Amino acid sequence: MQLLKRHTLATLRLPIWIAVTLVQPVIWLTIFGQLFQKVVEIPGFDSNSYIAFLTPGVVIMTAMFGSAWSGMGLIYDLNLGVMDRLLSTPVNRGAIIAARVLHASLTVLVQSIIILVLGYILGAKIESGIIGILGILISAILIGSGFSALSSGLALLTKREENLIAIINFFGLPLTFLSAAFMSEALIPDWVKVISFFNPVNWAVSAARNSISGENWSIVVFNCLLLLVFSLIAYFFATIAFKIYQRSN
Amino acid sequence: MQKKEIAINVENLSKTYKNGVKAISGVSFFVNFGEIFGLLGPNGAGKSSTVRILSTLSNLSDGNAHIAGFNVSKSPTEVRLLMGYVAQSTGVDAWATGKENLLLQAQLERVPRKDINKRVSHLLEWVGLSSVSRKLVNTYSGGMKRRLEIAMGLVHEPKVLFLDEPSTGLDPESRRKLWNDLKYLQKQKKITVLLTTHYLEEADYLCDRIAIIDKGRVVTEGTPSELKSKISSDIVTLEIENEISIASNILKNLNGVNSTNIEGDRIVLQVTNGKKILPSLIIELQRKSIDVNSFSFNSPTLDDVYLKFTGHRFDQDI
Repeated sequence: MQLLKRHTLATLRLPIWIAVTLVQPVIWLTIFGQLFQKVVEIPGFDSNSYIAFLTPGVVIMTAMFGSAWSGMGLIYDLNLGVMDRLLSTPVNRGAIIAARVLHASLTVLVQSIIILVLGYILGAKIESGIIGILGILISAILIGSGFSALSSGLALLTKREENLIAIINFFGLPLTFLSAAFMSEALIPDWVKVISFFNPVNWAVSAARNSISGENWSIVVFNCLLLLVFSLIAYFFATIAFKIYQRSN
Repeated sequence: MQKKEIAINVENLSKTYKNGVKAISGVSFFVNFGEIFGLLGPNGAGKSSTVRILSTLSNLSDGNAHIAGFNVSKSPTEVRLLMGYVAQSTGVDAWATGKENLLLQAQLERVPRKDINKRVSHLLEWVGLSSVSRKLVNTYSGGMKRRLEIAMGLVHEPKVLFLDEPSTGLDPESRRKLWNDLKYLQKQKKITVLLTTHYLEEADYLCDRIAIIDKGRVVTEGTPSELKSKISSDIVTLEIENEISIASNILKNLNGVNSTNIEGDRIVLQVTNGKKILPSLIIELQRKSIDVNSFSFNSPTLDDVYLKFTGHRFDQDI
């Protein structure tokens, strides 16, 4: 808990950081939203407002990217000796990773709410009301915690910023574009659809989008369960990586 | 079962890293409760590796280590509860305030909740950081940071404190203050301190006992004066104008000269009864037309002890 407070205080001291991570979704929402306005007129596109279609996609994308960087803080801790200091205390080893993942989830929560508000101002109505919002937030938090655990695990194994940056850049955008984040599922090519079926980002996008329309809750629940499994596996991976890290010393 | 009266007991400790580097090969020493013990040696001698093993951060490859009777590899939690560790590189959170750092550390070290505030403010006062306790550590000077780190190492009132190169990067004034602080801790809190250093004067001034460590081994061990008395002779240094190797050979064969060592344009001799022999050395050289530019005469220092046991001068290693 105290570790979570540490991360949170550190983030609050850097409001510029929150601003920067929000600039990107704002750009997606406004520019993409305007640029591809006419996409909805393509026959088969299953929405009639692109901004309404885009908003959940941007929420998920922001959650994923924001959390994927959480391993960076861990690498700084390793390099500056903060990790050594933590490990020389009797603190529960699991708490060190858990605090990072929880902090990432908290950040995702705040960011998602801001994006939803922004989307609403730009004309994205959430027809299913509070439950729909809750659905989006849950899927965003699940994908966020999964990716932050994954990122922490990779950080502990690679121990270098450069490697982590390379890995995130390599996988981040493809994972986003190999999903229905920007394009209606009905219109994406078959091979992308096959890949997206195994893509956690797509599970989250699908859960978030179906929460908004509020028509098919079974899809939401199914995808959230998949995300939960993904998140747990990622967390398990991070704890194994932590054990490997401790043993390698 | 290990005796509880010994604060730190290290037997035949070895550490080989995964990449094959053998950092420590069979280090043994013990530290009594209430002692300030120094591991003295050049960089890469294995000092930090030893301390990292004792503070449970690193696994040992072979041997045994006990802190107050607890085995570091079998009872790490007990060891962590009773020791404090201050690393060489700063482990403080630069983007938190000094007070927040201390509070977090106190919570992590499981200091009883009701004691935390009192202890934190007391420590801040003691290390002279009360007035800046609400400022980000990022704004602190090197000396302030180091004092905060030491306060953090002490927040749970450990029985044993490990300090890895505590005075590296400190100006002479801060260093002097740190030494006094450590002496105070020893006297007032009966705390046991194990510190590593590559400053001879630090080891000499501060430590009750010293182990000189070189290439992963303890080469000699004892109180500073014991170590110095292991050198039965005085040290004479002669600065020679020319023909230094010839001069060295001449001196080597004289009565009362135990050893000679050439260092640049100087010859360092260990001699028995230096005061008496010094004039005859110079006369002997002049007879062979070798000029002596200057000479000096010293009682042995730790540096000389170091030279004797490792075969090389201390500052050549750094």
